[in-house]
Amino acid sequence: MRMVLVSCASISIIIVALIFLFLGKEAAPFSLDPGLGSLFDTRWIPVSFQGERFGLYPLVTGSLLVTMLAMLLAIPLSIIGAVYISEVAQSMEREILKPFIELLASIPSVVLGFFGLVVLAPLVKSVFGLNSGLNAVTAALLLALMALPTIITISEDALASVPRSFKQASLALGASELQTIFKVTVPAALPGIIAAIMLGIGRVIGETMAVLMVSGNSAIISFFPLDSVRTMTATIAAEMGEVPFGSQHYQALFWIGMILLLVTFVLNILSRLVLKKYGMAQ
Amino acid sequence: MNGNLKQKVSYQLLRLITYGIVISVGYILFDIIRHGLPVINWEFLTAFPRRSGSEGGILPAILGTLYLTIGTIAVALPLGVGCAIYLSEYAEQNRFSELVRLAIITLAGVPSIVYGLFGLGLFVIFCRFGASILAGSLTLACMVLPIIIVASEEALRAVPRGFRESSLALGATKWQTIRTNVLPYSISGMITGSILAIGRAAGETAPILLTVAAFFLPKLPGSIFDQVMALPYHLYILATQHPETEKVLPLQYGTALVLLLLVLGMNIGAIIMRIHFRKKYKW
Repeated sequence: MRMVLVSCASISIIIVALIFLFLGKEAAPFSLDPGLGSLFDTRWIPVSFQGERFGLYPLVTGSLLVTMLAMLLAIPLSIIGAVYISEVAQSMEREILKPFIELLASIPSVVLGFFGLVVLAPLVKSVFGLNSGLNAVTAALLLALMALPTIITISEDALASVPRSFKQASLALGASELQTIFKVTVPAALPGIIAAIMLGIGRVIGETMAVLMVSGNSAIISFFPLDSVRTMTATIAAEMGEVPFGSQHYQALFWIGMILLLVTFVLNILSRLVLKKYGMAQ
Repeated sequence: MNGNLKQKVSYQLLRLITYGIVISVGYILFDIIRHGLPVINWEFLTAFPRRSGSEGGILPAILGTLYLTIGTIAVALPLGVGCAIYLSEYAEQNRFSELVRLAIITLAGVPSIVYGLFGLGLFVIFCRFGASILAGSLTLACMVLPIIIVASEEALRAVPRGFRESSLALGATKWQTIRTNVLPYSISGMITGSILAIGRAAGETAPILLTVAAFFLPKLPGSIFDQVMALPYHLYILATQHPETEKVLPLQYGTALVLLLLVLGMNIGAIIMRIHFRKKYKW
């Protein structure tokens, strides 16, 4: 029986290895022809009669812009949410708020994308007086909503794991509850909160359907929030259905996948290391 | 401003922002329910789409999602539970078990579109399954595996050590002990994990985009090597690719509501089960 269970356990290692292997296998021929250098081009024009361009810059900047905007919103909101749930809320209130935040994490991203398309985008359009509401801001608003549950849940665990004696010492020295929260508890939980933010960034960079539906999808290099942008994930989802199997375009899309995999892998491992080191893992 | 007042004001501000988050989530649900509910009727749930999705129902998409989740859980549940039993009951602190844990953490963080690429490369192309229920289910199974493992291991660890020791002391083998004294008390946690996994598999779009989903099929699938329609993909297409997206807005809301009810229903069910079993087993 032991052997059966060991093989079940090895499956997860095997799947991780296969993911790297098969993404690498489909992407690899690209590094010989046309060569990895062409990924550093400034234009992404994968279908063209005059010669395709596979520069990832516009896609990387698109992902970065959307992620940064989303985190700008999500980080303060979710830290406040975590502080409130963990330190201020009554226990009854907490029992209701926590499942509700969990529920937010379970809303399918295509449903959030749909909501963004029919409600949020027209709103952004009229507020800023634009021709179209499909832009980086709209995408970032949805992504912030998706990052919230991840950051809140893990930050809250980190806050809860701060030893009670820290707070008691602070209160005994005459600090108010508010001072204790922001000068003692939050700083003590900071490594956990940073890990939570890294996991949130991983979630946001990898998110596909919602950004595909509301970001507008133009592959331009821009750092202006009201421009339409195209992220790495959305590019794969939008173009993979139409590329000829084995073409350079197909291989370039696998390269994008490989980059996404590596970025999320590193963020994930780093944040787990931090959580483990400070004893804040669930 | 004195300290006490400052604290009160700050707490109210924190509360305001937290409830703001809750209200915005509530508004999303409210909007989809308000517009989706009038659309849902017997015909919508049991009819085929007509005129490329502009009229009719979403039966094939509902069934497609059902087939995919059944396939996913059939693969992921035994593997996930097996892995959890190993980690909780057998594993020593060694390289192998650490590597397994690292792999589980990694799998939990891989973006869904990368699972799609992986499924395309391995199952659709390399294994020659083509775009099919089989390829889609296997891809989704890889994605939900960590959810099942984590939930099952937690359930196994919650069983008190005494249960195992008393059985071993009576001369039972390790596996007999697990089968009779550990598994029966952790099955509820495993079911909770599976429900969460089903909810996740039912709602994901990106992995099935490249491995199984079809926008319109005139008949239901005949075997696991056929393509299927699926609720999340159907919603995506209706909302973005359909020639008359404005006109089919009610159908989009209807599809979104059915998908939302399915996924949230699963998750609320899992939460209720967790509370119920916590009360039932107290040791």
